[in-house]
Amino acid sequence: MAKKNNIDRRSFLKVSSLAGGGLIVGFNFLTSCKPNVKPSVDISKLNFHEFNAFIKIANNGIVTLFAPNPEIGQGVKTSMPMIIAEELDVAWDDVYVEQGDLDTDVFERQVAGGSQSIRHGWNPLRETGATVKQLLINTAAAKWGVEASECFVKEGVIYNSKKEEITYGEIAEEASKGEIPANVKLKDPKNYTIIGQNIRNVDIDKIITGKPLFGLDYKKEGMLYACVVQASAFGKNLVSFDDTAARANEGVVDIFEFNNKIAVIANSTWEAMRAKKAIVANWDDGDNLETTEEYSKKLTALLEGKKFRTVRKDGNVEKAFKEADKVLERVYDTPFLPHNCMEPMNFFANVTDDKIELAGPIQTPQNTANKIANLLKRDVKDISLELTRMGGGFGRRLKGNFAIDAAQISNIAKKPVLLVFSREDDILSGTFKPALKYKISAAIKDNKLTGYHVKEAGINGNMYGLIPNFFPAGCIENYQVDLARYRSNITIGAWRAPYTNFFAFAEQSFFDELASELNVDEVQLRLDLLQNVKNTKDKRIQYSAERMEAVIHKVVDKSGYGENKDDVYQGFSVYYCHNSYVAEVADVVMEAGIPVVKKVTVAVDCGIVVNPLGALNQIEGAVLDGIGHAMYGDLKFIKGVPQSTNFHANRLIRMKETPIVETHFIKSDIAPTGLGEPALPPAIPALANAIKRATGIRLTKMPFIEYKEIFG
Amino acid sequence: MAKYKLLVNEKEYQVNVTSDTPLLWVLRDHLNLVGTKFSCGIGQCGACTIHIDGAPTRSCLYPVSLAEGKTITTIEGLSENGDHPVQKAWKEIDVPQCGYCQSGQIMTATSFLEKNPNPSKDEIREAMHGNICRCASYNRIEKAVEKASKTK
Repeated sequence: MAKKNNIDRRSFLKVSSLAGGGLIVGFNFLTSCKPNVKPSVDISKLNFHEFNAFIKIANNGIVTLFAPNPEIGQGVKTSMPMIIAEELDVAWDDVYVEQGDLDTDVFERQVAGGSQSIRHGWNPLRETGATVKQLLINTAAAKWGVEASECFVKEGVIYNSKKEEITYGEIAEEASKGEIPANVKLKDPKNYTIIGQNIRNVDIDKIITGKPLFGLDYKKEGMLYACVVQASAFGKNLVSFDDTAARANEGVVDIFEFNNKIAVIANSTWEAMRAKKAIVANWDDGDNLETTEEYSKKLTALLEGKKFRTVRKDGNVEKAFKEADKVLERVYDTPFLPHNCMEPMNFFANVTDDKIELAGPIQTPQNTANKIANLLKRDVKDISLELTRMGGGFGRRLKGNFAIDAAQISNIAKKPVLLVFSREDDILSGTFKPALKYKISAAIKDNKLTGYHVKEAGINGNMYGLIPNFFPAGCIENYQVDLARYRSNITIGAWRAPYTNFFAFAEQSFFDELASELNVDEVQLRLDLLQNVKNTKDKRIQYSAERMEAVIHKVVDKSGYGENKDDVYQGFSVYYCHNSYVAEVADVVMEAGIPVVKKVTVAVDCGIVVNPLGALNQIEGAVLDGIGHAMYGDLKFIKGVPQSTNFHANRLIRMKETPIVETHFIKSDIAPTGLGEPALPPAIPALANAIKRATGIRLTKMPFIEYKEIFG
Repeated sequence: MAKYKLLVNEKEYQVNVTSDTPLLWVLRDHLNLVGTKFSCGIGQCGACTIHIDGAPTRSCLYPVSLAEGKTITTIEGLSENGDHPVQKAWKEIDVPQCGYCQSGQIMTATSFLEKNPNPSKDEIREAMHGNICRCASYNRIEKAVEKASKTK
C-alpha cells in the first residue's frame, strides 16, 4: 500500500555508520507526530543527541531497537519495537530491544500515560522501519546495478531477480552513506509477519532471574541512600525537629530540612530508614485538615448547589425535566484512591557543578527534567535521565515529586543519592484519584428518555471534565454535563483510566436502572440510543456508534448474556475511552450467601492488535484492577491523616478473589489504539449490575465490600 | 555493627551490619542481589520472598542475626541458567507485566511445589494468595504453577 509521506525526513531521521561497522539510524518519532513540523536545520548540524530512538544494524545482522517510551508494565517496550521490526522486515529473533534514555533537547511526548503510546507511535514507527528498509534496498540495488523495484526482502536478507542475495548486516555500513528515501511504501496488513504474533515481554529473562532492571535496583559508585520524613497529615507544615537521637544511629551521613520535609542520608537503605524513625519532628496545627465524613457532606452540598461549570449542553435539559412524567435520579460515590505501585517511589540523583545525573522510574521524564532544571536554576542540557523499568505506574509516576526530592537532596548534600520512599511515604506524598460524587438524572416522558443530566462534584479536580463528548453525548436531544469542585490540601492526580475510571461505574449502572424504569431490555436501550448518533455532524463526537455496537453484540454472543442460566447472575456494560471500545459481562454466583465474581467476558475493539499476547495481559489486568478497586479500594482521612498507608489496610485483589477473564477481539484493519486502560472502567458497572441481579441490591458507593447487607 | 557469616546461593559471604538489619536489605544493599524486592516492608505482599532452609520467608521481616547457619536461596540462586521448571513456565506463559513482584511469586511457587508436586488449581490459588501482583497477573501465575508441576 503506497502512502504519501509528508514527513520532513531531515528532521526525522539521521543515518550514519556505526563505530565498528554497521548502520545506525536515529529517529525522532515525536517530530513526525506533530502536524506542523517546521523544517529542520541542515542535517550536518544535527547530532544523534537530538534523536530519541535508534535502530542499529551491526555487521553480523543483529538489529538493536531502542524502545522510545517508558515501560510501566503496559508492554510498549515490546510492542513499539515490534512495529518497527515489521516494516524493517527483520526476523524478531535477530532483534534486541534496549530502553532509550531521555534527551532533554527533543523530548516532546516521551510519556507513558493515557494509553497513547501505540496510537501516536503507529505511523512514525512504521515509516521509520519502512524508510530504513528502502535505504538498505536502494544501497544493495546500486551495488548490483539493478533497479530497487526488482529487489525484495525476507527476514533481513535482500534478494534480486538474478537470485543474488545480501544481508542487512553486509550492506549496513554502505547504506549509512546513502540518501534517505522519501515516499516509502508501507506493508499491507495482510503481509504482516510480526504484528499480530504473540511476542513475549522482551525483559522476561531478566525478570525471572532477578537481574537489575527497576529504579530501586540502580547502583552507582559512591552512592548513598536517602529517606524523607514528611508531615503525617495533608495540610501541616514543619516547625522544628530534633535529630540528636537519629544522628547517633550507625551509618548516618547527614540529616537536613528541605521543602517542608527532613532528609536522612545514610550508607545503606536500612540505616536511613532506622535513623528516620528516631527523628522527633514538630508540625504546626495545619489548616483545612480533611476528614472523610465532612468532605462527603461538602461534595453532597456541591451536587445540590447551583455553582457549576457547564462543559456540554445540548437542547434544553431544564425544559425536558419540567415536562417529564417521571424523573430518575441517582447519586454515586467514589473514594480517594492511592496507586499502590508494587515498586515504591524512588529516584537516583547526582547533582554536581558540571552536570545532573538522574535515573529511575518515571512516566514523564521530560517534564520532570524541566522542573528540576527550573528548581535548581540549571540548564536542562546539563541533565541526563536514564529510564529504568517501572514496578507499576497507574498514573503515580506521572508526577515526579519524588525525583524532584532526590535532586534537591543531592543538590544540598553534594553527593549521589538513591531516594527510597517507604510505602507509607508514598501515601503521604500521594497524588490520589480524588473523591468524587456523581448525580445522574433522567427525564422520562411517555416512557421515553427525553433528558439526561450529569453533575459531578470533586475535590481539587473534576474527572468528567474532559470527556463530556463520549457516549451518550450525541444520543440524547437534551443533554447536559455540569462540574463543581472545591480546593483541598489533599493532592490529586491521574489514576489508571483517568476521567472515566469510576464514572463508568455511575453511568453504566444508571443505564441498567433506567432500562428497568422504562421496562425495556438494558442492552437494547444502549443499542437504541446509539442509533441517534450515527452520521452525526457534531465534530466533538469522536466515538463510533458502529464500533460500539460491534463490541456489544460480540460480548452478548460470547457470554450468553440474557439466556437463562441456573445460579449465574450476569451484569453488562459497554464503554468507550482512550480511543478503544470495550464491552464486558460479569458472571456472579452466590457462595455461602455472598456474591462472588467468577468470570468476566470482554469484547474489545482497539483496531489492529499489535501483540495479542501482551494485549490479553493488559485487558485482563485492567479488568481485575477495576474489580479489585471496586470491591476493596478506599482511602479515608481523619484531620488530614490518611487512614490506610500500607497493604495491611489498603486491600488489593488477590489470587483467590480473581475471576477468569475471557477476551474476544473485533478483527480490524483500523490503526491501533492503546490498551493499558480502556478495559478497566466497564469492569466495575458490569460487576455492580451482576450483583444487583444476584442480590437485588443496587450498589452506588465504592468500595462494595462496605455493603454489610451483602458481604457481611 | 556486628559481623555475620551468611550462606547465600551456595556462596559464603561476610557482612558487617547492625543486628536488626532485615535480610532483604543485606541482600540488596550489601550483597548486590537485587532480585529480591522491597515493596511493603511489613510482610504483607510477598515481593521479598526468599527460601531459608527451603521454606518461603519474607526477608523484609527476617533479621540478619537469625540468618547465620541457615541455607539462604534467592531468585538469583534458584537455577544456574534461569531454567528451573517454574522459571521456564513463567516465560512460556509470559506471566509478568511490570514484573516487580515476580521473583517473590516464583520463590513462593517453587517452595510450594517442593511440598506439593501435584497441586489442584484450588491448592495453587491458596498457596499463592499471600503474594500481591498489582498488575493482577494471577490467572497466568496459576497456569504457570500448574505447567511447572507437570514438567518436573
